[in-house]
Amino acid sequence: MKSMVPNSLWMFIVLFWTAVNVLPALAEEAQPQAQPAKPPQQMTEIRIGYLRAYEPQLALSLLDVPPTDIGIAGAKLGISDNDTTGSFLKQKFDLDIAEIKPDADAVAAFDELVAKGDRYVVADLSAKQLLSIADIARDKGVLLFNVGAPDDILREEDCRWNVFHVAPTRSMLADALAQYLIWKQWPRWVLVYGSHDNDHLFADALRRAATRFGGKLLAEKEFMDTGTARRTDTGVIQIQQQMPVFTQDLPDHDVLLVADESEVFGTYVPYRTWLPRVVAGTAGLTASSWHPASEQWGGSQLQTRFDKSAGRHMLSKDMDAWTAVRSIGEAATRTNSGDPGKISDYLHSDQFSIAAFKGQKLTFRAWNLQLRQPIFLGDDKIVVSTSPQPGFLHQVSELDTLGVDQPETKCVFKK
Amino acid sequence: MRRQLALMAATLATWLLATPASAYMVYVSNEKDNTITIVDSTTMKVIKTVPVGQRPRGITISPDGNFIYLCASDDDTIQVIDTGTLQVVGTLPSGPDPELFTLSPDGKVLYVANENDNLVTVIDLATKKVVAEIPVGVEPEGMGVSPDGKTLVNTSETTSMAHFIDTQSHEIIANVLVDARPRYAEFKPDGSEVWVSSEIGGTVSVIDNATHEVTHRITFEIPGLRSEAIQPVGVNITADGKKAYVALGPANRVAVINTQTYQVEKYVLVGQRVWHLAFTPDQKTIISTNGISNDITFIDVASDEPIESVTVGTLPWGVVVSPK
Repeated sequence: MKSMVPNSLWMFIVLFWTAVNVLPALAEEAQPQAQPAKPPQQMTEIRIGYLRAYEPQLALSLLDVPPTDIGIAGAKLGISDNDTTGSFLKQKFDLDIAEIKPDADAVAAFDELVAKGDRYVVADLSAKQLLSIADIARDKGVLLFNVGAPDDILREEDCRWNVFHVAPTRSMLADALAQYLIWKQWPRWVLVYGSHDNDHLFADALRRAATRFGGKLLAEKEFMDTGTARRTDTGVIQIQQQMPVFTQDLPDHDVLLVADESEVFGTYVPYRTWLPRVVAGTAGLTASSWHPASEQWGGSQLQTRFDKSAGRHMLSKDMDAWTAVRSIGEAATRTNSGDPGKISDYLHSDQFSIAAFKGQKLTFRAWNLQLRQPIFLGDDKIVVSTSPQPGFLHQVSELDTLGVDQPETKCVFKK
Repeated sequence: MRRQLALMAATLATWLLATPASAYMVYVSNEKDNTITIVDSTTMKVIKTVPVGQRPRGITISPDGNFIYLCASDDDTIQVIDTGTLQVVGTLPSGPDPELFTLSPDGKVLYVANENDNLVTVIDLATKKVVAEIPVGVEPEGMGVSPDGKTLVNTSETTSMAHFIDTQSHEIIANVLVDARPRYAEFKPDGSEVWVSSEIGGTVSVIDNATHEVTHRITFEIPGLRSEAIQPVGVNITADGKKAYVALGPANRVAVINTQTYQVEKYVLVGQRVWHLAFTPDQKTIISTNGISNDITFIDVASDEPIESVTVGTLPWGVVVSPK
């Protein structure tokens, strides 16, 4: 225990510093709640907008058809949690919901939310739509919280000082998956990807992950979307023959990676490959910011609470929206304020962190405002693992082994 | 076979007789295999494993040592176990998903944290009736009662507050903001301070019971361990008020803190994911539950050295020691 001596000394320095610098601020922060005898202060109202591009979607599996309130249900639970905390601080939170079509102009709907008094808008939009309102939002003093677009470019070349990214990027998801496959010592991969832009972007993220973590991409193949009906009564018979033929000419491998965000063929790949191999990517073992079966780190409490309020399982977009709304609430709690300037400063500061049932506090990367977070790896039933994986080390935070790290970032904030 | 059994029984009888009468019984709730393990504090051997309700977590014992109260979280109930027969002799109306609770110093009232309903439930043990339900923050968990029984402190995990509650009026008298995911509240024996652990914040806040202000915020630093792995949960303070022990979760250590200087004096390496702690009534030993390594560790309070680890059930969560 000799090594404890310098450590104790260090602790003393830390504690001394804490006592001198932090405690007066803390005491100040706690004061308003600690004086209940004083006349009640005015209720502070904090309005949050929720803007989404939505239309009912089909999926290859009936089980994967997104619920109509996907994301919104998470935001609503976040509001309810904020209100419970707010009841002790005289803070009240409200949610305004606006909906547009997936390819529609987002500006008018955004302006309407701002007119209602929303200074924070949770955005479930495409990258293009998000960019179309980002600078308008900046000029109006509005913070955006991206829960819909995993595009890395929004955190890199197109980053904005008023746009926080709660949803993980494609590169974070691909890195999380790659770390696990390497940890399993399954390094020989082949990649099949869809023909739409988003599929290509996820394929890019998987290629990048292979380079970073030592996966060997032995072959690649594109699956062309020829516009056939996605679900038919007899389709299954054809698929059983199509998928083995499609994967027949791939070289031997450990893992078959699928990049099919567009839901054209990926779900059909597992169990139908030419060789009996593990499937991962957008089908088989998938990476996501939440898993409806996660019970770790107090997760079962959130799952129960969500099920009670929404009447269904909690999905990744629900979690992202909950985290966005809770982040605003957390900043309002810690600053004991509804002032958008103070809340914005706090969210941008290194003081901010949020607990979101992922085993450690989550923070925003200062260089591009992406939320650092562990990524769940699971199949359609259960969590298989959580990345970062043991052994992938980092000098700052192991969470920064996922996605674009500070030395590589192309983000330059124009404040 | 029968002879073997007889031999075993004889050995057991001899061994039981050889056990000193001053031994305490250590009761450990095993979250995953729905049992409690009973360990002799002197021999540090497992005496018995008893099946209980589903997902047993919070565990405490009546001041006379006759009854164990156990949160069977997945059964939405609190089980009452007779320590003489080790049979479940009753249940209490806890509300859904009870996780942690605390007994009033006179042993008459049980205060329960109901995580799913944002409520603290007050149960009269004589009538087994709910006396009051107090709305608190999101996911109430930690529960501590002042030695004079007048003040109850509840921590709410998502709200990140310690709620001070008057036990007479059942009204909240103060809400004190602490770091993220407060898990446990422990009064100093003189009632002057409440120590609240924050699991995700990685700190312990010391709150003055008179002014309700955070007077100290204790941080932890372990060489070679990243700060996110330090997640304080259980806090126990010695009866003389001089030392505090804090279980640091996945840091696999128990911190020993000088309550005069608020400095960490030692980190005691125990088992994996250490959650909760309990003293033996003679204050010579403190016992930690180590969830992932499925064991408990006996720590000598005089030297703060670990004495022995004993394998119990799967995912040991809470621990309590008989008063005699």
